[in-house]
Amino acid sequence: MLIKVNRDKCTGCESCIQSCPFDSIVMKDDKAEITETCQFCRACLSVCPEGAIYEIEEASDRKEKEEGTGVWVYAEQRDGVIAGVSFELLGAGRSLANKLGAEVSAVLFGASEADARELIRWGADRVYHCDDEVVRAFNDEPYADLLSGLIQKYRPEIVLAGATPIGRSFIPRVAARLKAGLTADCTALEIDEDSRNLLQVRPAFGGNIMATILCPHTRPQMATVRPRVMKRGAYDESRQGEIIPVKADNIKSRTKVLETIKEVSDISVNLQEANVIVSGGRGTGGEKGFKLLHELAGALGASLGASRAAVDEGWIPYRHQVGQTGKTVGPKIYIACGISGAVQHVVGMQSSDIIIAINKNPEAPIFDIATYGIVGDLFEIVPMLTKKIKEAKGL
Amino acid sequence: MRIIVCIKQVPDTAEVRINPETNTLIRDGVPSIINPYDTHAIEAGLQIKEKTGGKVTVVTMGPPQAETALREAISMGVDEAVLLTDRAFAGSDTWATAYTLAKAIEHIGADVILCGKQAIDGDTAQVGPEIAEFLDIPHIAYIRKIDEVADGRMVVQRLMDDGYDVVESSLPVLLTVVRELNVPRMSSLKGKMAAKKAEIKKLSAADIGAAEESLGLKGSPTQVRNIFAPEVKKDRKIFEGTAEEKVDALIKELVGQKCL
Repeated sequence: MLIKVNRDKCTGCESCIQSCPFDSIVMKDDKAEITETCQFCRACLSVCPEGAIYEIEEASDRKEKEEGTGVWVYAEQRDGVIAGVSFELLGAGRSLANKLGAEVSAVLFGASEADARELIRWGADRVYHCDDEVVRAFNDEPYADLLSGLIQKYRPEIVLAGATPIGRSFIPRVAARLKAGLTADCTALEIDEDSRNLLQVRPAFGGNIMATILCPHTRPQMATVRPRVMKRGAYDESRQGEIIPVKADNIKSRTKVLETIKEVSDISVNLQEANVIVSGGRGTGGEKGFKLLHELAGALGASLGASRAAVDEGWIPYRHQVGQTGKTVGPKIYIACGISGAVQHVVGMQSSDIIIAINKNPEAPIFDIATYGIVGDLFEIVPMLTKKIKEAKGL
Repeated sequence: MRIIVCIKQVPDTAEVRINPETNTLIRDGVPSIINPYDTHAIEAGLQIKEKTGGKVTVVTMGPPQAETALREAISMGVDEAVLLTDRAFAGSDTWATAYTLAKAIEHIGADVILCGKQAIDGDTAQVGPEIAEFLDIPHIAYIRKIDEVADGRMVVQRLMDDGYDVVESSLPVLLTVVRELNVPRMSSLKGKMAAKKAEIKKLSAADIGAAEESLGLKGSPTQVRNIFAPEVKKDRKIFEGTAEEKVDALIKELVGQKCL
């Protein structure tokens, strides 16, 4: 496929140049020209007032579509504990499978047969389970070998995995080996019922734009999915399904996990499970400001979050970071203190039920998405809030 | 030690804004930079070279103007820069990009390959692990510390959600790195001089022996169907009055919502 400009129709108005997210349109002799950095997103097609931009399909584009059936979910575990995102994927996978009239299978490496049963109660029809020593700790090569082998044998139509450090590390190897399309960090999934294609929505450009991605010709269609954005399905204690044991024969690893270190903090950093998060940005000015947030978090029993700006300044470790390049959270209450509300931060917390913004600048974009806003100095507001919350709670 | 660092020239996404009327990106005046994670990969490459000796090569795939990013890397102290540029590369998704970079790395030769954990424009984090797969070598993602580089092996710390893993690998290996790994050095005056004079080696699809059907749009299993602006919600309550009145109003709302 190619995007072309009809030079006779082009009036040189430059509307298309602004519309291109990839900076791929230049003016040449007062006419628009599409350059080789074009990503074929079609954003310019609808913008042109003259209808001078069009797409043509090359003969080689028309490939035979590969076949496949069933929706697969890679269920991630660490130290034998299934990650929450696995249950969310089963919920999402179930609704995709219903639209396709297909079954849902889970793939579980490590953990126990009891855990495999849990996956069935959360919506899987079938679980491919391998509990061999070589897959108990996470190493990319054995995980990629085993999953690629299963996909080649059973040919699913869709494969979903969590966009976690584990999923985002080894799933690309699987996609590379199978020459499958893989879309990273999706926040919405739909089925196009005519083509049965999976429509994969994900943020790009630091969350400034959303893109819908397709894999029109290859199967399986693979996606990693951001934790905490999909809803879990119903849990059914009596649900029955099949567990298929898988052996990891002849599977080797050139990497070896020597040690696993859990980092504990005096305040919970388990942001993705938190009900209340108190988060600080550049406006906290440093450790002194974060100390106030720490006290507020203590009064609320909240976890402590931060914007990329605060992390980049070195005021707080990366694992507290919320946003496009940090964690995505969805607590009941999110209190943003001294955070301007750059899109990169907002995409990581906008699904919170209640957003409270405290910021000196009344024009800060964080107020656009806030449920409640206080324009003021956080060094004055936050200690007062801490004190009054303690009073309200009778502490 | 032969070290290759893969870098990408990206728009500084922190500066990108949406025009709310047209739902399009405002790119005017947005500077092009080396992907910030990649600067940490360059620093890691230079530090490994300082320890073991050898040579650091930076590689990027992109249009001719990506040369600026390569010259900046040279000013930081890398020995050699390679630009993969060819019209056949246009429209590459992560699969085709990783294939192309892997063919180039094969052509150049490497013991350690370093990448930033992801690029800030695409945010996929897929190209690094995919390169390793094409080269049939191990990879470790999200490296926050390099503990050991010795003959034929490396020990590194891999950042995880709940802490970190200490992982050993044989060489050659590909590592993707996070910001905590190091502080990238500033360009020296000598480096800047070298960057001006340096010859950038250009390689085409034919030079690296890449198969045409695996390149660019043809070699890309994924396609962008459309793009749109993220939704923003509009109902909100901004409290008025003195600081104390505002805090009281907030507490009242939270009590009303049974949040306290």
